[in-house]
This record gives sequence, structure tokens and C-alpha cells, in this order.
Amino acid sequence: MAFTAFAGQSQASDTVARRKSPIALFLLLPGVFYLVLFFVTPLLSLVITSLQEPDPVLFGQFQNAFNWQNYVTVIETYWQQSLRSIGYASLATLFALLIGYPLAYFIGITLRPYPLLQALGLVLVIAPFFISFLLRTLAWKQIFATEGPLAGVLSSVGILGPGEAISGTTFSVIFGLTYNFIPFMVLPIYATLVSFDLRLIEAGNDLYGSSATTFRTVTLPLSATGVLSGTLLTFIPATGDYINASREFLGSADTTMVGNVIETNFLVLQNFPAAAALSLLLMAFILVLVGLYVKRSGTEDLL
Amino acid sequence: MSNNDVPQGGFAEAGADLELVGITKRFPGFTAIEDLNLTIPAGSFFALLGPSGCGKTTTLRLVAGLEEPTEGRILIGGKDVTSTKAYQRPVNTVFQSYALFPHMTILENVSFGLKRRGIKNADVLAHEALQLVELDHLAGRKPAQLSGGQQQRVALARAVVNRPALLLLDEPLGALDLKLRRQMQIELKDIQSEVGLTFLHVTHDQEEAMTMADTVAVMNKGQIEQMGAPQELYELPRTAFVATFLGQSNLFTGTVVTTGSRSFVVDISGVKMEVPTERAQRHSGHVTIGVRPEKVNLHDSEPTGVSGRNVIGPGRITDVSFSGVSTQYEVTLPGQAPVTVFAQNTSISTLHRDGDEVWLSWQIDHTFGLADEVDAAPESRFQADLDTSMIAVQRRRKLEAELEEA
Repeated sequence: MAFTAFAGQSQASDTVARRKSPIALFLLLPGVFYLVLFFVTPLLSLVITSLQEPDPVLFGQFQNAFNWQNYVTVIETYWQQSLRSIGYASLATLFALLIGYPLAYFIGITLRPYPLLQALGLVLVIAPFFISFLLRTLAWKQIFATEGPLAGVLSSVGILGPGEAISGTTFSVIFGLTYNFIPFMVLPIYATLVSFDLRLIEAGNDLYGSSATTFRTVTLPLSATGVLSGTLLTFIPATGDYINASREFLGSADTTMVGNVIETNFLVLQNFPAAAALSLLLMAFILVLVGLYVKRSGTEDLL
Repeated sequence: MSNNDVPQGGFAEAGADLELVGITKRFPGFTAIEDLNLTIPAGSFFALLGPSGCGKTTTLRLVAGLEEPTEGRILIGGKDVTSTKAYQRPVNTVFQSYALFPHMTILENVSFGLKRRGIKNADVLAHEALQLVELDHLAGRKPAQLSGGQQQRVALARAVVNRPALLLLDEPLGALDLKLRRQMQIELKDIQSEVGLTFLHVTHDQEEAMTMADTVAVMNKGQIEQMGAPQELYELPRTAFVATFLGQSNLFTGTVVTTGSRSFVVDISGVKMEVPTERAQRHSGHVTIGVRPEKVNLHDSEPTGVSGRNVIGPGRITDVSFSGVSTQYEVTLPGQAPVTVFAQNTSISTLHRDGDEVWLSWQIDHTFGLADEVDAAPESRFQADLDTSMIAVQRRRKLEAELEEA
């Protein structure tokens, strides 16, 4: 986005590449076919399902209709869980940013004179991916459980009451979300910082900018693209996440997120139209929010 | 947000003295600068000239506050700034890499320093600075949309607009073509004399240093070899390094045979050459003497009855390169290193050819004697510090210093 200013200059070279050729269209075919099959088809099927109504004869079956009231119903029924999802995801994104940015800065800039340590730092960020995130989340459940080591310490000093656990609380769900999405925040920010020209910091210092001022006016704006990708990569999946908030993992009935509701409607209640409507609403909401966010950060006064 | 530490408001009324006292800078594994003492008077245009790796850029970075000296003090306008941060010093730098902020417009780049200091009409002043470098019409563009030369001029405007007491220039005209370079050299001189700022200019371009600076310091291996007005440095170099780095020189080595009151004679493998005593650094034993190529005259036959000139020959011309204004000849003499001669092309007929037998002569007063020890092994002062002997030397020095303190 920051480079739209240059679009005018590169037009000349683009016209050559954009010359229409039947071969180019032919080469596009597999991609188009793939998208139609795996993106457009399910999407259409989801739209159709979301407008279905209960079959008047067979219980538990649905027939095609234009029952747009499904949308009103799910909003009325599940507005609380939806708001909670956005709140949890926002907080998790914020915490991931607060932890991830310094980490990315440390690996990308502080460790730059030591390539070996830098590589090691990067490996440590990626290493958790080698274990299934279900297992890792379950491990946290163990740590946070009533009989777990952490709860034991906390209740012995009186922070936790007897029989209380950390898992199943708002804290544990946001913790889980933050923990699971930190690498998605760190990697894009690291990618922008690793190629950051440190001489710009020197120039900022030379021009009467203290370290803090130079960071705010030079380093941060120049790593904004990384922050943007990182927050999107964290916020979007975190909003629809149904593992961390589920009862089997770090959540409880009080922490249900929209992902859990969709899962329950699809798999347990088998209320397919409600689940489909909720999915589409979630998708539309995220699209609008992300669109606004990206548009806003395209201008320089975001940070 | 404003910083209280940052010099607020107002500009430096005039340039300030810069004083470096006993500066040493060691990096892990090597020494960049060793015990450097330097005073640059306020309002002067000072050039640090040297080959790459001689420590000139490190010196500049120390003054800017981007590096900390291992030992020694830095004083600007009589105030010790050694322990202050870069942003607290009344110093601005024109970086060799320009280091323009890519996310800001040209105007924002130029007004950056002014805004950090809370100066009110920052944008107006920035526009004025851009007019000075003839780039005001591009104020709204981003640095990446400018050519290298234009970026360099923006970097210059961005530093000059702050009217620092001391302006540091790190090879600032490197990316400019010749015409623009001349123009910028004149503009820089104008700005300097207009505002009376002190300029510290680091360059490896001897011509640039000589045309622009009041004082040139030739730096080699972390030390200043010789310092003075450009003409003085050129006409009377004191070391072989200065003689060959600043222009070209013909150097001869020999032994002093007779010493007179105003001059002495050196035997250069059989040829007697006279050197004025006051133009020589060493007056006895094995010495190196030299003469600038343009001071040497070519003769078709052995010149007779000349007094006050050193004569050498016969030799043979082995290379002729014609460059319009002058011609450069290379003359090989038996038992001597080849001698370079620059001859002005004042007449068409006197062009000598390859293989011609010639005699050379020059005025005794144009000969200079150097301080270098002949045949002394070219000791590298900057052998790696990791070397055991170097570590031993450093340990001993430290121990001696501690003993002295006790």
C-alpha cells in the first residue's frame, strides 16, 4: 500500500507483461478451476444452507428456501458470544503484538551482528510448530488445572481460592490465543525489521531524535507493514478459533466464542442453517473490519 | 513530544571549535585510531583526506556521537561532549549513504531535525533549504523517486537546515556528476562562509579536498601524517605517503654526502642532487628526496651551464600519454626508478616520442626531503590486536598506567 505512489512509474514496464496471450489464460486454468472447486462452491453451498428452513414433514431435515430470518435469529441468540470473540481476539492480538514486536526487534536488529544467534532465535520462534498445537494447548490445560503446578502455587499464596482453577477462565482463553498466535505476529514483523537499514536510526539520532523519538518516527512507521500483516494473521484466525475457548481445552461455558457456537450448531445441534448464517456473518464482519483497517493503515497517520 | 536534552530553539550563531584530545578507538580485533590530537578552529573548512580504512570515517562518527572513543576526549566549542549522545550534540552529518527516511516526503525529511528541536516555522525553513539545493519543486516526493544526485542534495539540505555549529560531511559529493559536483562545491563553500559554520569534510578525493578546504589533514593508518593549507601540503610534503597520495611524486633515495649552509647534496646511485635544508625533514644519513612531475623539464641534449638545477640523465622515454593540456612522460633511467614528467603542451613541435633519449632537470628549490626512514621495514601499525605481541604490548601499557596511578 505504501508503494501505490510508485504505481504511475511502473506502468510502462507493466504494459509489456500484461500483453494478452492465450497461453497466459491457458496457464491460469488450473488455478481458476481450483478456486471454483474449493472456494466458490463451498461458499455458494454455505449461502444456500444459511437460507434453508426446517422441513415441515421430516424432523431434523432442511429444505431450500429464502429464510433470511435465520440471520436475525442467530444475531439475537449469539450476539454475546460474537462480541466476546471480537473482544478476546482483539486482546490476544494486542498482547501478541506487545510480546511479539520486542521479540522480532531483538531477533531482527539486536542479534544482527551475530548471525548464528539470530538463526537460533528464529528457530526458537518456529520450533513450537513442530508439535501439534492441540497438544501444546492441552499441556497448558494441565499447567493451569486445579491440581496443576501453577494453581497449587497460586492457591498456597492465597491468590486462588480452594478448588479454583486457572483454566476455564477468560484469562486462560486469551492466554491460549496469545500463545498460539505469537509466531504469526513475530514472523512478519521480523521480516520487515531484518532488512531495516540501521543507518536510518543513526540519521534520526544525528537529527536530534532521541532513541525513543527515532523509534516512534522512523523504526515503527517503517515496520508498519509487518505489524499490519502480523495483526491480521493473528486477529482473523483468533476470532474464529474454537480450540482455545472450548471446554476440552482452556475454556468453559462462560468463555464460549463464536467458533464454538458454529461448531456446536454444525456437529451437535445439527442446525445447519444457523451455523452457516453465523459463519457468513463472521466472514462478512471480518472482511469489513480488515478492509477498514487496511485502508486506514494505507495512510501514513496510522502510527 | 519534545526532549529536554535536545538543544531547543534558535540556531548556532557561529561555528564552534572542534578539539580532539588523545582519541583512540579500538574495535574488537583492530585499532582504527591511535592517539589522535586535532584542533579545528571555528568557521574553518577542514578536510580529512585519506585512503579507505585510514580511520577518517571513524573520526567523523566519533565526533557525531555515533561511536564512543575507547580513550580521549571530544570538545565542541570548549564543551566536553565525549559522554553525550548523538542527538544532544550541536552537530549534523551528511551521510555517505544519504540515509534519507524512505517513508517521509522530501520536505518531511528536511524538517525532521527542526521539528525535533521544536522550531516554529520548520516547514518554511525546510523550503528555503530545498531552494538552496534547487529541489523545492520536489518537496512532496518520496526519496525513492529521486535520482542519486538529488538524494544527496536532500541529505545536504537536511543537515544544513539545522545550522549546526559543526557540519560533518562524509564523502558528500561522491554520487554527483562532475558539473553538479563543482556546483555543489561552490554552494557548500558559499553556505560555509555565509553562516560561518565549521565544516569537517571527510573524503578520499584529493582534488575535492584541495579545492574546497582551508586546511587539509592527510590521514593514514589512524594518524594524521601532515596537516596544513592545500598548497603547503602539495609543495612541501613531509612524508612519502603524503607525497604520493596527494598528487604524484618522483622519489629518490640516497646518502647525504656534503652539507652546506643552505643546502645539502645527496648521492642517488652516482647522481648528485642538491636539496635546500629548509625543505627537508632529515639532513643526514640515508634520505628520501622527491620532486613533483610538473616541476621537471625534459631536454633533448645534456643541458650545460645551468646553475641552481638538479640534472639527471640520459634516460629513455618509455611511455607517452597525451591528455590535451599536458603530456605525461615516463622516463627510465639506469639504476633509478622510472621518473614521471608532466609537460605543458605550449607548443606543438616539442612532443617527444617513445624511445627518445632525454635529460631531466628541475630547480633545486623544488626538491623536497621526506621524513621517512629509508629501508626501515614498513611496519604495519595496525596488526590485528588479537596478535599475541599486540596483546602483550597492550597489557604492559595497562599495567604501566595502573602502576603510575598507584
